[in-house]
Amino acid sequence: MNQWKNFSKGFIKENPVFVLLLGMCPTLGTTGSAINGLGMGLATTFVLLMSNIVVSLVKNLIPDKVRIPAFIVIIATFVTIVQMAMQAYAPALYESLGLFIPLIVVNCIILGRAEAFASKNTLVSSALDGLGIGLGFAFALTILGGVRELLGSGKIFNITIYPENYGMLLFILAPGAFIALGYIIAIISKLNKQKA
Amino acid sequence: MEYILIIISAILVNNIVLNQFLGVCPFLGVSKKIETAIGMTGAVAFVMVLATVVTFLIQYYILNPLNIAYLQTISFILVIAALVQLVEIVLKKVSPSLYQALGVFLPLITTNCAILGVAILVIQKEFNLMQGVIYAFSNALGFGLALIIFAGLREHLDLQQVPKGLKGVPIALITAGILAMAFMGFSGIV
Amino acid sequence: MAKPQSNFRNMVIALLGVTLVASASLGLVYDATKAPIAKAEMDKQTNAIAAVLPAFDKLGETYKMLPADGKDSIEIFPALDANNSEVGKAVKTYTNKGFSGYIELMVGFDKQGSISGFKVLKHAETPGLGSKMDVWFSNAEKKSQNIIGLTPGSIELKVTKDGGNIDAITAATITSRAFLDAINRANATANSQYIDGSSSASKKEKHNEQEPQIQ
Repeated sequence: MNQWKNFSKGFIKENPVFVLLLGMCPTLGTTGSAINGLGMGLATTFVLLMSNIVVSLVKNLIPDKVRIPAFIVIIATFVTIVQMAMQAYAPALYESLGLFIPLIVVNCIILGRAEAFASKNTLVSSALDGLGIGLGFAFALTILGGVRELLGSGKIFNITIYPENYGMLLFILAPGAFIALGYIIAIISKLNKQKA
Repeated sequence: MEYILIIISAILVNNIVLNQFLGVCPFLGVSKKIETAIGMTGAVAFVMVLATVVTFLIQYYILNPLNIAYLQTISFILVIAALVQLVEIVLKKVSPSLYQALGVFLPLITTNCAILGVAILVIQKEFNLMQGVIYAFSNALGFGLALIIFAGLREHLDLQQVPKGLKGVPIALITAGILAMAFMGFSGIV
Repeated sequence: MAKPQSNFRNMVIALLGVTLVASASLGLVYDATKAPIAKAEMDKQTNAIAAVLPAFDKLGETYKMLPADGKDSIEIFPALDANNSEVGKAVKTYTNKGFSGYIELMVGFDKQGSISGFKVLKHAETPGLGSKMDVWFSNAEKKSQNIIGLTPGSIELKVTKDGGNIDAITAATITSRAFLDAINRANATANSQYIDGSSSASKKEKHNEQEPQIQ
């Protein structure tokens, strides 16, 4: 597998949300608007990239039996760094994402990549893998957030497309998250099948 | 009265899965059969209450006095991971039958964000220990309620004719959406 | 380098090392971000105060008062002009009656005790419904829902459903009630001096003995 593939597979083919169905909690919980989805996606990307880098650096120093707790500590460290940085420099985003920032720690995508990829591959491949999967995740969250915001309030990134009164409020509320994601997954899997 | 409010709010109004989106992964993952759903609920309830008690004590007797509350995420997740392991070992020794019922679900629980989420929420909402325990237990019940209803729906769904493109996960998500809509009807009772 | 074996000594050393490095780096980041975080929170408060009050020169000393019906005290920021006389005050108030519980507001009152502005600081209301508080109650084009300029001391602020004359947000009556509850609490607590005429200085910090009046 060449390096470009390590990076690009995360977008459509192995998209963590639409295809692998991982990390559902933040996907549904933070996508009330496109900007929130993007913020969450980028925060996760940072954690994924950094933890993949560190894990691939220390993989030869950690005994096998304690590798999972060690990985969790590494991930939790970067999550806390993101949390504090956001609180300092993007307080509005920090408040709207709320509980889901510390919960990046239990996002199965991150531990999954550390265990399945970074602990077996070189630094460069792991970094690219982390970046690719992370951006794929951010991409998915932005799309879902955009769709929900557009259907729910007639806006995308706060730019009005049609008057808010015609919006289907349901899509911003909890049920809309499930329904919108269901249809998007159906469309993506159809696209993936056509390509194959 | 206050306790009843916490219970109703956690189970019905702010259902942890359908309204707060915590624990969606197991909600989608182990909801194909009612039996497994019940097993999972038991394991989650057990660990959630235990984890809440332990993290509560850590927050108020270790992190806060030492002024290192910023280590909350890292210490909570470590404690939960260790706790799950411990529960697994103890159950295996003490009650093999319970271990048989819950054992397979335990490893899955570490990455169940509902556990960490509830532990953090208890601190954020400034509950005392008793309220925290009740809150954790009712959230586990809420999780179980949603999971078991959903499993029942999915068992029926298998027998239905579903449009080809929506088969599998998409239709499950849409069903969950409709279930969430039903739960919205509870909003406003507290 | 060969991978260390999973014996007890190696495992302890590895985990200890990882956690040590992790907590040390977190401590560093914490120190680095402490000041910006405090500043961001300060800025938010200062901006909110500036947004809800008419023009003023400086802020007087902040003080706290305990509302008659609440457990938590509310914070009051008096606004002074160049001669140190009070031109209004910003009040950080709250309610627990929101659809999702706690709502925190900053309300500004001018010298006469009329509402000069408000800003929602914290809320968990339903997006698209209750979250519209900010725009709804300050809509200058709709008189029946705009509360800016009203004097809660002389008119009772209540939603029309409860016999008042403020239109509730469509489909979010509970939020609207809670919102007015917070405003009324701010007024009843912070503006009680306008009614009984005594000076504010004697009441400051004495909230335990002083029961604020509700009109």
